[in-house]
Amino acid sequence: MTIPRLALAYLASRPLLTALNTAMLALGVATIAFLLLVTGQAEDRLTRDAKAVDLVVGAKGSPLQLILSTVFHADVPTGNIGLEESRPVATNPMVASATPLALGDSFRGHRIVGTDASFLDLYDAKLAQGAMFAGEMEAVVGSEVARRHGIAPGAQLTGAHGLAASGPAHGEHPYKVVGVLAPTGAVVDRLVLTPVESVWHVHEEHAPGRKEITALLIRYRTPLAAAMLPRAINSGTAMQAASPAYEAARLLELVGAGVQTLQWFAVVLMASAALSLFVALSSALQERRYDLALLRTLGASPASLAALTLAEGVTLLVAGAILGLALGHGAVHALGLWLSASGSWPLTGLAWAQGEAILAAAVLGIGALTCLVPALQAYASDPASLLAKR
Amino acid sequence: MLEIRGLRHDYDGRTVLSVPSWDVARGDSSLVLGPSGSGKTTLLHVIAGLATPTAGTVRVAGEEITRLSPAARDAFRARRVGLVLQTLHLIGVVSVRENLRLAQRLAGAKVDDARIDEVLAGLAIPALSGAHARDISVGEAQRVAIARAVVNRPALILADEPTSALDDGNCEKALALLLEQAAACGATLLVATHDNRVRGRFARRLEL
Repeated sequence: MTIPRLALAYLASRPLLTALNTAMLALGVATIAFLLLVTGQAEDRLTRDAKAVDLVVGAKGSPLQLILSTVFHADVPTGNIGLEESRPVATNPMVASATPLALGDSFRGHRIVGTDASFLDLYDAKLAQGAMFAGEMEAVVGSEVARRHGIAPGAQLTGAHGLAASGPAHGEHPYKVVGVLAPTGAVVDRLVLTPVESVWHVHEEHAPGRKEITALLIRYRTPLAAAMLPRAINSGTAMQAASPAYEAARLLELVGAGVQTLQWFAVVLMASAALSLFVALSSALQERRYDLALLRTLGASPASLAALTLAEGVTLLVAGAILGLALGHGAVHALGLWLSASGSWPLTGLAWAQGEAILAAAVLGIGALTCLVPALQAYASDPASLLAKR
Repeated sequence: MLEIRGLRHDYDGRTVLSVPSWDVARGDSSLVLGPSGSGKTTLLHVIAGLATPTAGTVRVAGEEITRLSPAARDAFRARRVGLVLQTLHLIGVVSVRENLRLAQRLAGAKVDDARIDEVLAGLAIPALSGAHARDISVGEAQRVAIARAVVNRPALILADEPTSALDDGNCEKALALLLEQAAACGATLLVATHDNRVRGRFARRLEL
């Protein structure tokens, strides 16, 4: 009881330095926690969404863009392909299912996806209320869309042209909501689904005649398809085939380089925090060497002087780590709330990321090692020689 | 009370202290006199168990402290020996009361606020109890240091140059307080000094 109380008194006697050291530690921990949370959740989301589809067949262009637009619903499509043109792929014996996708409109930032009932099977999505769409201009909305905009079966919604929330409205073609999906944790939560025919209907005046879709989402019947189908499509047709798993990995690799840079930055921040802690403890030790000698004359053991120094450092470390984690989670949560308004990435600060336990352990471990040198100095100090000098 | 036999302390190959034989009876307060560098402080540190002599034995209140382990000496000092240092060092970041509680806790005793009040009252400084130790005057700090030395009712009080920084009036007051407080808790007082103003107050002395 004596030692912790004294350690706190010493910390409180230098509020500015204590606050500075805690803040430096907290910022380092917060940065790393933030990165761990964001990358962890993004990776989770990307791999889960990518797993739903084996191959995407769409218009030629950037394969990453094709995947981003049709699987993650985050970019504009590469273009359209003809329905007739895509039919041979859909009926290929190596293909288990081929789900058509017609993009182009959105509802308050949520994409309106023209598709068919097989889209639900890709994500194991179930209806929570109402029924599946049966006819043109009927729509089924994802759980997030329903929750955020208070939509229930029977409601009407109007699409806007383009994928931005502010595109020109298609006011003359309202959709009738017939069902709401149960939450899946996948991208489908944030989509509005409707038959492909609705999209054709809405855009009839722009592109009459030819029936087009944006892409086909393919699931393989056999692993062999992965080796044969993409090559056949890419070289034998005017269409492009791209693998979500591969493009997601490539995307993570691209993002990973940036994340790694930030992580090193945070490590440098924490290293300087550790250094500052070391300097603070060492100079404090110098300042209060007579205090320590005095404590020895009062009967304190060398070990309890070391414990006093250690307690001071560890208190700072624990405070910095807790504050840092709180800050990191708070920032992720705030970012999540801000992003959720625009309907894109769902992020939450209310979950733990893989590696956070290691982070906390590393901070405490390395910090304690940093405090050990001043603590040993306190242990080794000789009260008699110090007091004799005065 | 205090029994020293064949005590010698070498430092850097040089004998800095030599006390062949010295006895102080219980309650017999005594002076340790000598010029600077004569080993007064070293003698007090050896008696307090803060330094280990090169040779010889020291018994304090029946305990041969020169034979005790360092940890046992720390514990013995905390319980039985009160120290008043030249610079009256207090722990500045806590209150006066907390400084005295610290002495109680480090001695392994329970915090006894009644005893603290009693000691502070005896030294005429009850109002200082809540003050931060770094905010009080030198004269007040001296009294607090004496209070801390006696709060555990030690058998032996060691004072190292307690008057060297004080003017004549305060020197007289400090000595009177030390003697009075030592008598109040039945302790033997040992004052090491080169201050000639102190000589007249003590019948017994050891010249180094």
